[in-house]
Amino acid sequence: MATLRVGLVSPEREIWSGEATMVVAQTIDGQLGILPGHAPVLGVLLDGSVVKVHPADGSPEIVAMVGSGFFSVASDEVSVLAEQAELGGEVDVEAAQQALQQALAGDGGDEQPSVAERRARARLRAAGLEA
Amino acid sequence: MGAQLRQLRRQIRSVKSTAKITRAQEMIATSRIVKAQQAVEASKPYADQITRALTALVSHHVGIDHPLLKEQPEDRRSAVLVITSDRGFCGAYNANVIREAEALMALLREQGREPVPYVIGNKGITWYKFRNRELAAEWQGLSDRPDFASAERVGRRLTEDFIKTDAEGGVGEIHVVYTEFVSMLTQQVQVRRLLPLEIEEATSDVVLPAYEFEPSAQAALDLLLPNYVESRIFHMLLQSAASFHASVRRAMKSATDNANELIGVYSRMANQARQAEITQEISEIVGGADALAESSAGSE
Repeated sequence: MATLRVGLVSPEREIWSGEATMVVAQTIDGQLGILPGHAPVLGVLLDGSVVKVHPADGSPEIVAMVGSGFFSVASDEVSVLAEQAELGGEVDVEAAQQALQQALAGDGGDEQPSVAERRARARLRAAGLEA
Repeated sequence: MGAQLRQLRRQIRSVKSTAKITRAQEMIATSRIVKAQQAVEASKPYADQITRALTALVSHHVGIDHPLLKEQPEDRRSAVLVITSDRGFCGAYNANVIREAEALMALLREQGREPVPYVIGNKGITWYKFRNRELAAEWQGLSDRPDFASAERVGRRLTEDFIKTDAEGGVGEIHVVYTEFVSMLTQQVQVRRLLPLEIEEATSDVVLPAYEFEPSAQAALDLLLPNYVESRIFHMLLQSAASFHASVRRAMKSATDNANELIGVYSRMANQARQAEITQEISEIVGGADALAESSAGSE
């Protein structure tokens, strides 16, 4: 079966790379699932969202939080580039929760959640917590 | 002990302790070069990917339009971003960068433009402040181990100023003076124009995939261009940091070598002084004994 070659990179380092069967990313318009054979796409990631990768070797799904960035798909190569990126396993849950509290306290009751709040929620979601 | 000998011994001691310090600095710098090079390596995938995505985007949309791509001939002010270090002890590293920056500014003035310095690093800041030059912006603490957040800060400020017009305190173009790490032994000062970005027509055999854009090409461009600029600045900061550590290593190595040579010279001088002293003492004793023997022989 065809697989996707996935690279998840931040400016400072490569966070994760390997073979995968499916990648789910969230653009400004909504979630986008990418399977092998997908048409070339260049998409803008929602700042403070979660990217899910299903590795081809059957190991558990990889969840990562991403900040502002984009992803490109071309001939079964998927690269996710984000200025902030963190694997779920590396998230400092307490710090993320604190950041969320701060973001909520600083929010003047706006309709739209602030970027800081979205990022904090994404970090918690990546760590496997409901937020 | 003779005064000369004592002084020489003191000098040897002091040079030895200096050599110890410079040797330690040299070893610290050596380990940091490795780390800085690793950081350069680690930043490569992102830089490559963003360049590829941008190339694909630009080559499929011929008539693209973005403020960051536009020449602004009506703006006479040019930003010059000078990347220096926070610390000294690095030989001619900062002097070279500042000399190139000054040459560039002189050239810009000749062309009738007004150069505006933006400076990174304590050494550059004090250099300009000492000469009472006005700095548009200054940043510290990102020359040793630059992180992307600081590159982002610098990039934001520069792109903001680029989009503004002269009257609002903006600039028409942005040049960067930084040091490229060629190898452990060679670092070169480079002058690059960062903005406006130039689109080069390149003919390559590789056919780029025809991307669809999500949500739109314009939105992708709006995100990609500033990110690309920030990634370029990050690259320049990393290169400068690696060059800085290499310069420190070289400066400290030659300082240690010179100190060791000085220790050799002083040791020889000290040995000579010691021998001279002993010879003098012996001749004094012999002379004294002779005089004693003569006077006792004369009295008999």
